[in-house]
Amino acid sequence: MNLDVIISYIPLYIEAFFLTVKIGWLGIFLALAIGLAVAFVIHFKIPFLSGISIVYIELFRNTPLLVQLFFIYFGLPKVGFTISAETCGYVGLGLLGGSYMAEAFRSGFESVPKSQTESALALGLSRKQLFWSVILPQAISQSVPGILANVIFLLKETSVFSAISLMDLMFTAKDLIGLYYDTKEALFLLVVFYIVMLLPVSIIGSFIEKKARFRTLGV
Amino acid sequence: MEEILKVNNVCKRYEDITVFENMNLTVKKGEVVVIVGPSGCGKSTFLRCLNALEDIQDGEILLDGEKVDAASKNIGSIREKAGMVFQSYDLFPHLTVLQNLMLAPVKVKKRDKKEVEAEALTLLERVGLLTKKDSFPRQLSGGQKQRVAIVRALIMHPEILLLDEITAALDPEMVREVLDVVLSLAKEGRTMIIVTHEMQFARAVADRMVFIDNGRIVEEGNPEEFFDNPKTDRLKQFLQTFSY
Repeated sequence: MNLDVIISYIPLYIEAFFLTVKIGWLGIFLALAIGLAVAFVIHFKIPFLSGISIVYIELFRNTPLLVQLFFIYFGLPKVGFTISAETCGYVGLGLLGGSYMAEAFRSGFESVPKSQTESALALGLSRKQLFWSVILPQAISQSVPGILANVIFLLKETSVFSAISLMDLMFTAKDLIGLYYDTKEALFLLVVFYIVMLLPVSIIGSFIEKKARFRTLGV
Repeated sequence: MEEILKVNNVCKRYEDITVFENMNLTVKKGEVVVIVGPSGCGKSTFLRCLNALEDIQDGEILLDGEKVDAASKNIGSIREKAGMVFQSYDLFPHLTVLQNLMLAPVKVKKRDKKEVEAEALTLLERVGLLTKKDSFPRQLSGGQKQRVAIVRALIMHPEILLLDEITAALDPEMVREVLDVVLSLAKEGRTMIIVTHEMQFARAVADRMVFIDNGRIVEEGNPEEFFDNPKTDRLKQFLQTFSY
């Protein structure tokens, strides 16, 4: 492996790294918002909306991200909406992630015993207070492991962004290989940068997971 | 004396099962009513109807003059008037003892945090749990949890306390510490409806005993008459199961 080549590539990878992280996390925050809303609608059986939500989950969980991105990026302009590759990236990731996050939140909601609702109502709490102060905090600490697994999964899924010409890590690596044939160096840096992106998430994640478990279960 | 609770001809049915029907009960301010009866007789369900945790199919329940109905707009403020303590404590596991106590007064009654905290600490001291104020529920014994649950109901200043088999899930040596709290509440004139299987305690605390069987009030009266001279065979039979 040629060290000089590696060093000369690093600035390009850093640029791609920040783009990947930015779009990845924008997508993840969107996914969390969608997932929470969808899980709420399904768990509390909100009429009409819960039907739509179930269709949404099944649709996005059972189609590949690449296909979803193609639909948004190449399909939407055909009906008059043009969006940039970046927007397409995080919207696509958010929609895919939302369907996974919804399931994680839903299992959290289901883990809160009905007696919690009853004791809160008996104290005079409104439905809204019950949700925000009693159910959600308990549901989230149960959902943490699922949410974390999804976050890591979604960050890795960003590698398909290259297909819609986003200059992410994967795109940069493929581009450099195509231009200079320094395959070993380009792939080595690709792996290193993905690990740099994901390892902290895993480590901080398992710490949060432990804290959340301790909070509710005491173990 | 002022009537706090009035139950008129209340019926509870699930599809084809009748849990109870034609229930009538009046509770006056300061009165302690103890309800006993065999398992499955509907006594817990009856208690849960009183603050609309269960709906009723017929009749009406008036709490402090207001109709109890889960669908009514101010059901929250009606429920505030009936503090409830459950068999399984049901403290909020993600909050400390102090936070458990402060949640409802601050969120529901919009009371000042400092003032609520001071009251919470006074009440905790009274039940001997001041040192546990920053503990989480999982760090407490069953008896301690139940005392916290009682305080959590008290701090809302309810007109009436509904205690649903609050010692049924406790180890025997912890029953005492919880019942002592209830006895002291009775002495200070709290209005309470207590569902329990602790007969000696019932006798000590009750102003009036009510015996429910098969979804009906079979017999009621003052504790001496009730325990020493039961009128119905059904009650005699029931009380017999508690003596050796």
